Amino acid sequence: MLRYILSRIGQSLLLLLIVSFIGFAVLTLAPGGPLSQFALSPGMTQEQIDKIATQMGLDRPVVVQYLDWFRHMLIGDWGTSYRDGQSVLHVIGSHLFATLLLMGTATVISVSLGSAIGIFSALRRGSVFDYTTMLAAMVALSIPTFWFGLIAIYIFSLNLGWLPAGNMYTVGDGSVLDYLRHLIMPAGVLALVDVAIWSRYMRSSTLNVINQDFVRTARAKGLTRRRVLFKHIVGNSLVPMITLAGLQLPMVLGGALVTETVFTWPGMGRLFLDSLGYSDYPVVMGLLMASAMLVLIGNLAADLAVALIDPRIRLD
Amino acid sequence: MTDQKKDNVHLNRRQALMMMGAAGVAGLMGPMAIGRDRAFAANADAKGQLVLAFSQEPTVFNPLMPHIEVDEGVYYAVFDTLFDFDPEGAFFPILAAEVPTVANGGISEDGLSWRLKLKEGVTWHDGTPFTAADVKFSLELPMDPDFRSFRSSGYRLMTNITVVSDTELTWEMSEPFAPMAAILASTYIIPKHAFDGVADKNTAPFSNAPIGTGPFKFKTRMAGDHIELEANADYHMDGPFLKTLIIKYVPDLNVMYTQFKSGDIDVVGLQYISPDHLAEAETLPGKVVKVAGTATFESIGLNMTRPQFQELAVRQALYAALDKTSIIDALYYGVPTPTETYMPQQSYYYDPELPKHEFSLDKAKALLDAAGWVPGPDGIREKGGVKLSFSNSTTAGNHLREQAQQFIQQTFKEIGVEMTIKNLPPAVMWGDYWMNSEFDSVVVGLNCLAGADPDTSDYFMSSMSPALGGSGQNTFAYQNPKVDELLVKGAASFVPEERKAIYQELQQVIRADLPFLPVFQYAVIKGWKDDVTGPAPNVNNRIDTWNVRDWARG
Repeated sequence: MLRYILSRIGQSLLLLLIVSFIGFAVLTLAPGGPLSQFALSPGMTQEQIDKIATQMGLDRPVVVQYLDWFRHMLIGDWGTSYRDGQSVLHVIGSHLFATLLLMGTATVISVSLGSAIGIFSALRRGSVFDYTTMLAAMVALSIPTFWFGLIAIYIFSLNLGWLPAGNMYTVGDGSVLDYLRHLIMPAGVLALVDVAIWSRYMRSSTLNVINQDFVRTARAKGLTRRRVLFKHIVGNSLVPMITLAGLQLPMVLGGALVTETVFTWPGMGRLFLDSLGYSDYPVVMGLLMASAMLVLIGNLAADLAVALIDPRIRLD
Repeated sequence: MTDQKKDNVHLNRRQALMMMGAAGVAGLMGPMAIGRDRAFAANADAKGQLVLAFSQEPTVFNPLMPHIEVDEGVYYAVFDTLFDFDPEGAFFPILAAEVPTVANGGISEDGLSWRLKLKEGVTWHDGTPFTAADVKFSLELPMDPDFRSFRSSGYRLMTNITVVSDTELTWEMSEPFAPMAAILASTYIIPKHAFDGVADKNTAPFSNAPIGTGPFKFKTRMAGDHIELEANADYHMDGPFLKTLIIKYVPDLNVMYTQFKSGDIDVVGLQYISPDHLAEAETLPGKVVKVAGTATFESIGLNMTRPQFQELAVRQALYAALDKTSIIDALYYGVPTPTETYMPQQSYYYDPELPKHEFSLDKAKALLDAAGWVPGPDGIREKGGVKLSFSNSTTAGNHLREQAQQFIQQTFKEIGVEMTIKNLPPAVMWGDYWMNSEFDSVVVGLNCLAGADPDTSDYFMSSMSPALGGSGQNTFAYQNPKVDELLVKGAASFVPEERKAIYQELQQVIRADLPFLPVFQYAVIKGWKDDVTGPAPNVNNRIDTWNVRDWARG
């Protein structure tokens, strides 16, 4: 087991190295750059821009810039943002709460609700409930989030006036109730799509289990339906879900760009887009590294969890 | 409105002196014009909160470091300049006790010696007294070789900056430089003491906790979301009248408009209401919606060295075949104003008597027929071996302009003129291709004015074309001795009424010559709740908050 973990970590580090180099190269070689936004600023001459590029070390060869960045990264220095001069970890940290709040709420809703609907549909396969939820899931999946978001704003903010049209809290208020009022729409809209996904996965996973021999055996030996359901079916159908949840981890922390934009939610998705737009290399690289690490950690954690839960799987 | 060209200022000695004179006159008139000499009226009863939205995020809080327009939205609230332009283009004093002019002895006759008197009793937000040493620091920091400076033009000519007393300083200019007054009007003064003992001024704590003398104190910033500013009760001018000013970042214009509609936003700032929402916005209850002109004009610029454009009749025919109304109404929702000139219609120097453009394909054809341009076998007119065919370029990806081009291409075709479209990415388009006049024709949005002064020598003087060996912005390679003469005459005059006549004649000459076919003057759609007072368009300043000290609610 330990050997397996160590070898996985080794592979991960190699992967991180490759990701960082490709990411850095693509970023710096793309047209534009952190100073291009000033080209249209009245009063700023090309001469001045060139001088600043030299001061910031942007005129050095890409490989030199990469090695410099890498050297600092090794000792835990993620650099400072070109946009506001704050350290990259501080910048990421300042957007983390907003993202965790939004994505966490949405994930909790979607996993619990989605699993319940999925299991129920599988048990009542072919019923009206099954068809209705399947249809609803298809509709939810095929309509873009921003549309749901705009419709929700139109109904609940502009027409009914029940909920604020966006933002995470009211400046000057910031009570728990205030946060909740702001959270309902974006979390609801995000959860809507995720519920659809989770219920579909859960349904097919449960269907797989239901037809297994051990379920029939359990029923045959006279266990109650309820006991078979909770002890034998749900437990087993959750195994593939764990892998899925592991893959979901980077998404939870990566934010939801579209929803964040529609509801002006200051999360990681918008941070990434804004940083990319301003060629804020240190922040983009920081986010890239962080999400690559999360993908690797999420996968590893899922694999380990599955091995712990399912005695049939041996990692060595 | 995204890819307008910046103004590079290249002025010669004569222009420099001329501007200095204008600055002096304006400085004298400024305080009288708007009655702003009511200093030291600290306002204790600031009340209410106002949410101002921008579609870009302000992130740079040291105003002397490289920044973009939206950052200045915060600067006007937190910092002060020495003096500033009012909507009429006149200076009014802020930190300066009076705007230095030749008349009041602030500027010597040769423009080389400056003397600046400051207000007394002004304090920084942290309570430290504001003195001439802070001004000296702010004027010298841009030239610090280790400092990432927003700009150096102007500052580099200042020598011997001397603090005479806490409220007075003097300096010499190594040569007369007219835009100096305009540069000072956009130099936000920062506190020297915030940099005491700071090794790297680029990363000083000040950059994220700015201290100014302005009407609002910087309270908190939530990255990616908003900045909270609170009233400075000790402000040295009238105001502020708001207790809290929230500068909110809303990256999407549709979302911004929706939140304006729902009431979450009180004032719609930079990038404003998009033209497709104008009709609805005007009907919203409880909101004030105003279309405000900017100093930028859109035109079809012609490369005057090309054989196709040598004859006036050709340029007149092209202008007659330009269906401005359809372009403005169909593509721009009727928001911009048609124009006949480069001069903003809000300017004191604008000539309202310029001949009005008339769209007529028949007139265009008649002009070309009379000039002897006859259609060839392919339907394209030619004369003396020159085909009436040329390319037109602009920024690739600017959809409105690209649609305008296709529309113009169609109408030109109807009069036997072939216009091909050759668009380039911004960095290529506005690099050498533009500066060295390598294009046939362009669609371009230009602001030819430096601040509020009417001088445009840099753009229209014969000697200012890089393609013809000059070093200015005359990329149309336009040459007309009469224009040169008027620009020189305007530069030698110090009386606004005289200059007005000269620059109006200049607009007439250029309108008759048509080195560029003027299409429209840009406009933006501003909006605020009807209980908000204060927001006022100012074509001479970069952003709405130029007078945020006057904003109030209820």
